[in-house]
Amino acid sequence: MENILNLLAKIVGEDFVSNHPEELFIYSRDGGTMEPHAPEYVVMPRTTEEVQKIILLANKYKIPVVPLGAGLVLSGLTIPLKGGIVMDLKRMSDILEVNENSRYALVQPGVSEGMLKAYLAKNYPHLRHSLPDAPPAATVVGNALIHGSGHMSQIYGFHSEMVNGLEVVLPTGEICQIGSCSASPYWFSRAPLPDLAGLFIGWNGTTGVVTKLALKLYPKPKYEDVMIFLTENENYIPYILFKVTGTEMAQDVIVMAQPKPDWIGGFQLTSITFTGNSDEEIRFKRKTLRQSLDEYIKNKEGGFMHLLPDMKASFLEVPQRSFTLFADVKKGGGFEYVGAMMPIEVLPHAYRGGIYIAEQNGTSYTLMMRVIGSAHCVMCAYAFGFNRADKEDVMRAQKALHEANQLALKLGGIPWKAELPAQQLIIKKMDPNTFELITSIKKLLDPNGIMNPGNWETQ
Amino acid sequence: MVKLRFDKNICYSCESVDCLVKCQYLQLNIETARIEKLKILKGEDTFILTECITCYACEEYCLKRNHPFFQIVELQEDKGLYTAPRPITHQQIKMTSPKGRFEVKQPLTKPAISLCVFPDMMKKIDGPLFQRGTSFLGGDFFCNLVFLHFAKMSIVKERLPKVIETISNHLKKNCLDELICFHDECYAGFTCWATAYEIPVPFKPIHLFHFLSQRLEALKSSVKTLNQKVAYQRPCSSRLIPETQYLTDKVFSLIGVERVQRKYDRDSSLCCGSILRMMGRDDLADDIQERNVSDMVNAGAKYCVFNCPMCYYTLSEKVSKEGILPVMMVDLCHYALTEGKT
Repeated sequence: MENILNLLAKIVGEDFVSNHPEELFIYSRDGGTMEPHAPEYVVMPRTTEEVQKIILLANKYKIPVVPLGAGLVLSGLTIPLKGGIVMDLKRMSDILEVNENSRYALVQPGVSEGMLKAYLAKNYPHLRHSLPDAPPAATVVGNALIHGSGHMSQIYGFHSEMVNGLEVVLPTGEICQIGSCSASPYWFSRAPLPDLAGLFIGWNGTTGVVTKLALKLYPKPKYEDVMIFLTENENYIPYILFKVTGTEMAQDVIVMAQPKPDWIGGFQLTSITFTGNSDEEIRFKRKTLRQSLDEYIKNKEGGFMHLLPDMKASFLEVPQRSFTLFADVKKGGGFEYVGAMMPIEVLPHAYRGGIYIAEQNGTSYTLMMRVIGSAHCVMCAYAFGFNRADKEDVMRAQKALHEANQLALKLGGIPWKAELPAQQLIIKKMDPNTFELITSIKKLLDPNGIMNPGNWETQ
Repeated sequence: MVKLRFDKNICYSCESVDCLVKCQYLQLNIETARIEKLKILKGEDTFILTECITCYACEEYCLKRNHPFFQIVELQEDKGLYTAPRPITHQQIKMTSPKGRFEVKQPLTKPAISLCVFPDMMKKIDGPLFQRGTSFLGGDFFCNLVFLHFAKMSIVKERLPKVIETISNHLKKNCLDELICFHDECYAGFTCWATAYEIPVPFKPIHLFHFLSQRLEALKSSVKTLNQKVAYQRPCSSRLIPETQYLTDKVFSLIGVERVQRKYDRDSSLCCGSILRMMGRDDLADDIQERNVSDMVNAGAKYCVFNCPMCYYTLSEKVSKEGILPVMMVDLCHYALTEGKT
């Protein structure tokens, strides 16, 4: 297979392909608990045409290809389970267009959340995109393709719903435009055409390599503020979310719980962020949001925390840096979470179950429930910290994650960006005809089965 | 368990019922005040227990110093009439709990200063005013008087005697006998509350403004008058120690600022609103803050001076939006000692 290295070098240049063990080591793992598995090659294309050539080469030799953005998914989706080529897309990092009027940005797959945020702040300060609570190095495309969510998801839904269009290199090498861009110079919408974006979103890179993505942008209000509603009874969570989102005034709503520090332990903190273009608008929204929870305040079951300026600044921070502090609570920097999509009515069970699992497994935890689309669903994240250098601790976290996945499914939720064992749990529970359809589509698009093999397959 | 020392007969024989009649929030006539006061003395239900905003002002209005507010708080707690939502109260209790693990730089150097539970204030303890003193900070040194706002006198009774003991032990070990109290509340805890509950305090609490005025006098030649008009946001806890009020004017005079004449100052000061928000009484907080800040603007104040960090955190943004600069008293004194430029 030595000649593959040379063939890849001919496509991207010698500097951008490697089979050195130290580099393969890095690409064999991510930050989570999944077992590492090394690729044979790492390649870093710069253009769509280079991606296309690599895919054609992989087809010819039937070599697996795993597309990778920042590799921060934490659930092993970019670990090359069957070896082959990891296609690192970080060099494709151009922001190709910002359409101010139709409010979208067209980006390459290596553009990070931080890059887009900084670019907009500098060049289009009146525009913004929905940021996930991920490190700034996480990629915009990667996050959208895994159905990510962020600080505007309460209003506008999943980041995948903010995708206007795609350019995809299919597993067979064809370059395909998806959405309005297929019939127009503008990347303004996926409607009214047959919505083919669904063939590439949520598939864990098994149906092609996205080389361009148009993401919706939104107006950036002048002011933002946050209130934290405090309760001690998890049974109230669904109704609180129902009431707050019912005002249609909150930008982001998150319920948080963790055992430490003491003043958080045992409480549920519902963070409600809202924005406005004037003091008057902010005051009105604050009052309306407050009033939505009046019944809890009157019967003394819940109240708004008085936030000191530092605390307020921390709660308003996007992405939330406090989550990274949690990642090192146990030292050794291990951190993984089960983010399950759930209907809001099951959240009290999810809350109790998550804490029970963490306590039974002796792991530190953070629970975070982010409302998506006016409480149509919630991304419920059970995050467990562990010490990477402590094998037993890693196994404890793995067990907790697996149990959290089982709990999510039992409650009617679905694990998000599911790692391999969780995919198996989902497939087992899934309507067999649905899974058959998934399998058929994959086979149709990827007859040689080269794209991120192992994912969305029965083991 | 420590017990409030107060004389019911003083209240029974009180003609004026100033504690309730002068209350700016209840607005009672003398007849209603008498009826409701009797209910308090008999331990009966009265709307006073649920309507009280816990501004502490009645402690000052009672010229007999018979602790009308402490009576209210005791009765609120006896009847389980907690002022704030339960989670808020419980969180405050957890947040301020003594941890039993603290570090105080040894040996202690003079002046020993209590910074209450406000780490932000640490950076203000420097320069020629403070030299290199020792600061006490955190739950193990916290007076806990804030729980008067939450109808939780039991927490103060449980914690404050231990805090006094802890501080006293530290001071004794270093042959010190004075503690500068940065926050009015701590000073009030070690003086007014400790006296009311007959807790001996083996050290001498010094009010921050007393210390500042002494230092400013000592550094007189370096002080440059600021020539500014200021509004003072009087903290609730200063209502427990009205005898210290002259010190505010003394410090202002030493640094050459004018405390503007306004409606809501001195005896008629308004609450900053932070406690009301924790209680969930936001409409009242909005109203009070609006009246208070408008009053400052109308009086021509350029600065709003605070001594309580909570008042500062609560009102800073609001006064700033009206063109008034928020400043802690200690910072104003630092300015006067540097360039006199503000």
